[in-house]
Amino acid sequence: MTLDRRQFLSATGKYLLLTGAAAQAWAYVEQGRPEEAPGYDMNRHWWAMFIDIEKCIGCGRCVDACKVENDVPPEAHFSRTWVERYYIPPPDPIDPKKELLPIVDSPDGGRYGFPEIYPPSGGGKSFFVPKMCNHCAHSPCVQVCPVGATFEGPDGVVLVDKKYCIGCRYCVQACPYGCRFIDPRTNTVDKCTLCYHRITKGLTTACCEVCPTAARQLGDLRNPDDPIHELLRTHKVQVLKPNLATGAKAYYNGLDAAVR
Amino acid sequence: MRRLLKDAEHLVRLAILFAAGVLAFLIVRALLVPPGFGEYGHFRTGAMADNQKRPLGYAGRAACTECHGEEAALFAKGSHARIGCESCHGALAAHVADSDKVVPAKLEVVALCSRCHAENQARPKKQPQVDIEKHSEGNACTECHDAHSPAQ
Repeated sequence: MTLDRRQFLSATGKYLLLTGAAAQAWAYVEQGRPEEAPGYDMNRHWWAMFIDIEKCIGCGRCVDACKVENDVPPEAHFSRTWVERYYIPPPDPIDPKKELLPIVDSPDGGRYGFPEIYPPSGGGKSFFVPKMCNHCAHSPCVQVCPVGATFEGPDGVVLVDKKYCIGCRYCVQACPYGCRFIDPRTNTVDKCTLCYHRITKGLTTACCEVCPTAARQLGDLRNPDDPIHELLRTHKVQVLKPNLATGAKAYYNGLDAAVR
Repeated sequence: MRRLLKDAEHLVRLAILFAAGVLAFLIVRALLVPPGFGEYGHFRTGAMADNQKRPLGYAGRAACTECHGEEAALFAKGSHARIGCESCHGALAAHVADSDKVVPAKLEVVALCSRCHAENQARPKKQPQVDIEKHSEGNACTECHDAHSPAQ
């Protein structure tokens, strides 16, 4: 076998630039199937979610998709993600000082949509808020686990080690967002994995895949080309319960002060 | 020298006992701590691989387009273009894997369309909404609208 100088330089150049796993992955990229490339490098990602309340139409497809994709028990109180409807009554003209307490409902976690129950011209305001694990950078749930069964991975995803979880429920109590539950079939804790089996293959999460209005968007904060940077730059975003300093990474656009 | 050793004999015994204790602790610890624990933090590294193992339910729209190019082309022109195929058709990774065995279910059109388009004051004003009963008078939405390009 003979190589001319051009072939030799091109081949060695490629291997110098793309060593090991990257060279393997390149073969898949050339075939147009980058998502099947092996060797997900967890140190090169930092996952976050952008949630646009102004786009959420409360169809509940995300809740349904999550249950199907992750084999979550069907009952509403076992939910990795759910949608809440807030209704804030109009100010009282006689006593404008009165605090306006929001009414929150979430029938079946919003899985089958929301029947209209409020008077159309009542003067109140109502909107939908999708909820899920915030994948906090300083997670209260991780801090309380006595056996190291839950952790923040190097890619910013809070995961559960089902083999090590002893089902003690400390983390369920610690999560200020109510995002954890005990799976009655295994008696171990369960939560949103940010569809870890999907995002490590280059796919988006099930909830983002089915969202018809792109109200949810998965983003990688370590990837400078990810559209989430543009979204965060052009929107005024807020996280839930910022006073708790959890380092939450679910960024909400259009978050009302009434939302807890 | 000999006398010194004799005086310290009880100390040597203690030291051996202590060393044996430490050794026993190290052996038990090595047996109990799983491989990979502590590599990236206070957790078992293998747990990340465990979480990656789940099979896919939703294949993603790119997989649908590979076979259904015609529908995808029509779809891309309509106002539904941004919606994932499986948002309406359901999780179909099994259909992608074996299209003969798993066939997508027929959709209940009115129920499905009204999930997004039934009037609801909590929805953003930009979302096209109709009073389903008045609007369709009991007909299926697809009699007038093409679901893949609904403006038609």
